[in-house]
Amino acid sequence: MSQPLLCVQNLVLTFPSDGGRIAVVDNVSLQIARGETLALVGESGCGKSLTALAIMRLLPKPGRIEASSRIEFDGRNLLTLSVPEMRAIRGGAIGMIFQEPMTSLNPVTTVGGQVLEAVLLHEKLARPAARERVIELLQMVGVPDPRARFFAYPHQLSGGLKQRVMIAMAMAMRPRLLIADEPTTALDATIRAQILQLLRQLSASTGTAVLLITHDFGVVNEIADRVAVMYAGMIVEEGTRGELLAQPRHPYARGLLKSIPRPEARGSKLEEIKGVVPRPGRWPPACRFAPRCGYAFDRCRVELPQRTAVTAAHGAWCHLVEYEVHA
Amino acid sequence: MSSLSNALVIVLLLAGGWLLRGIARDRFWRENAVQLWRRRPIAVVALGLFVLIGLADSIAWIGGGGDDEVAALRSRTLIDRAFQPEGFTEASYSAPLAAVSFYGGQPLKHPGKHLLGTDILGRDVVYRAFKGVRVALLIGGFTSLIVIPIALLFGVSAGYFGKRIDDAVFFVMTVLASVPSLLLLIALIMVMGRGTVQVCVALGITGWVHFCRIARGETLKLREAEFVDAARALGVTDLSIIKRHVLPNIAHLIIISFALSFTGLVLAETILSYLGIGLDGSWGQMIDQARNELSRTPIIWWNLTGASVALFALVLAVNVIADALRDIIDPRTRREGQ
Repeated sequence: MSQPLLCVQNLVLTFPSDGGRIAVVDNVSLQIARGETLALVGESGCGKSLTALAIMRLLPKPGRIEASSRIEFDGRNLLTLSVPEMRAIRGGAIGMIFQEPMTSLNPVTTVGGQVLEAVLLHEKLARPAARERVIELLQMVGVPDPRARFFAYPHQLSGGLKQRVMIAMAMAMRPRLLIADEPTTALDATIRAQILQLLRQLSASTGTAVLLITHDFGVVNEIADRVAVMYAGMIVEEGTRGELLAQPRHPYARGLLKSIPRPEARGSKLEEIKGVVPRPGRWPPACRFAPRCGYAFDRCRVELPQRTAVTAAHGAWCHLVEYEVHA
Repeated sequence: MSSLSNALVIVLLLAGGWLLRGIARDRFWRENAVQLWRRRPIAVVALGLFVLIGLADSIAWIGGGGDDEVAALRSRTLIDRAFQPEGFTEASYSAPLAAVSFYGGQPLKHPGKHLLGTDILGRDVVYRAFKGVRVALLIGGFTSLIVIPIALLFGVSAGYFGKRIDDAVFFVMTVLASVPSLLLLIALIMVMGRGTVQVCVALGITGWVHFCRIARGETLKLREAEFVDAARALGVTDLSIIKRHVLPNIAHLIIISFALSFTGLVLAETILSYLGIGLDGSWGQMIDQARNELSRTPIIWWNLTGASVALFALVLAVNVIADALRDIIDPRTRREGQ
């Protein structure tokens, strides 16, 4: 197996609190191969977005990436890069799009001007050439009539168009990795499908790997190659889309999948996972899902589960799975 | 007419021209300018007239006659030349459009020609009110030009970078705010002297705190905006973020603060004149002299009227324009789809 494009190892992110620093992301390891789409799934507050921001080294203050962590991109350790080097990576080799297209564009500048900024930032181009490039980009992300839209202000565009413009900005430099933080959450269902299709198509045509952060298994099903499920700052299960969606092993992943409304289940009560994700600092010492888990037994409350390989690519961090697999 | 204050006028003109060029080039601002013209044509015309008078009073050259040999050797402005013969003066007070002087009843040199009469030294009140326009515009405009860049520099960097810079700026602001500004103003003018530039600088030093606070607060808010995060994720440098994302988003505040500080400064100068440290030829001085006169002879009203009406008209025009501008520019009141 060739070297992965992005390799995150033992990522620990801490924030200060009254009783010292508490971890909000704890020992997360991820790998993304070139051109692959990895979906990072989990409920709100489980550390998905912080993981993404940490990869960009944009963790909001006073958060800190602990020294034991390693983030390697294309063989380079991102955590030891200087600030200008990191700036060249951002928007150059790694692009990012955000959840809220409504507020992610500067309201007082034309959208063309903003994409132009992204283009000129990493490439020395004459203005007319850069402008043509922007129009090309807008065309590529499916903005109708890009020449006229160049001079439009964000408030004149719909949410879907704004997200397309954001994607154009992130893709301006043909990044090798695109981090999409809940790119479709603020959009309605039909637009969501279009944006996902656009992402898939861009990823296929440019060979860009995608780290997609979402809480929606519908999105996962449409776009992901591999899936990692996060709970309370840790990864609890990872695998290819086919394996994980067909046969989730961790009770949390199973619970999440069961709680998706399905047409054939109409009329029966929708299953839910009882309780809420505990706040960082209130995490149980052993398996973090144990208090909400219907299958938890004594060992779950005293010992942190290790990865159990279900198949080569499919693993779960659960004592129960360990017994099932080794039985 | 000092050459320094003429240089200031040129600086102001250049700044104004640069601003107009920016407005004409950007569609957003062009549309706002049209909006302003549609909503408040009278105020815009009035302000335009004031600016024209101020300009006419700044264009000066030597020669071209004059009433006597001394006048012929002095550089005189367009306004001076418009009120020929030189100064348009009488011996002392005369009522508006009067044919004889107020005290004594001697015949005037220019009977029936002084629209608002003359003051104690026989100077025409309309002429003096016209001369005051330039002083007022200098006070308001030049001081705002000092205040706004300083306030923006400190406010935006404090808000954006936070930490030590914020602490330092806030310390200076708090110190300045805790000194009685009028006393500080008087002290500064005592030290620096009473010229136009000195008074403007003194007013600037005491006046930037308020706007700095606004700029800091707004920048604090913008720093957390998602489009600033998005810009960071694109690898934009801090300086570019400030230039392209922070400043344009507080432009409406800059304009409104400019207008408000302008009127505030013009009024502040009258207070300084009242204390005897105002600028020569300002409306404040006219009002101060008129006040002295009124306490003796309550019937001489024209002196006060000339200065007050001019002051009132300028302040009102700028305030009306500022108010309309706020309605037009402020994103919260801006209407979409125009």
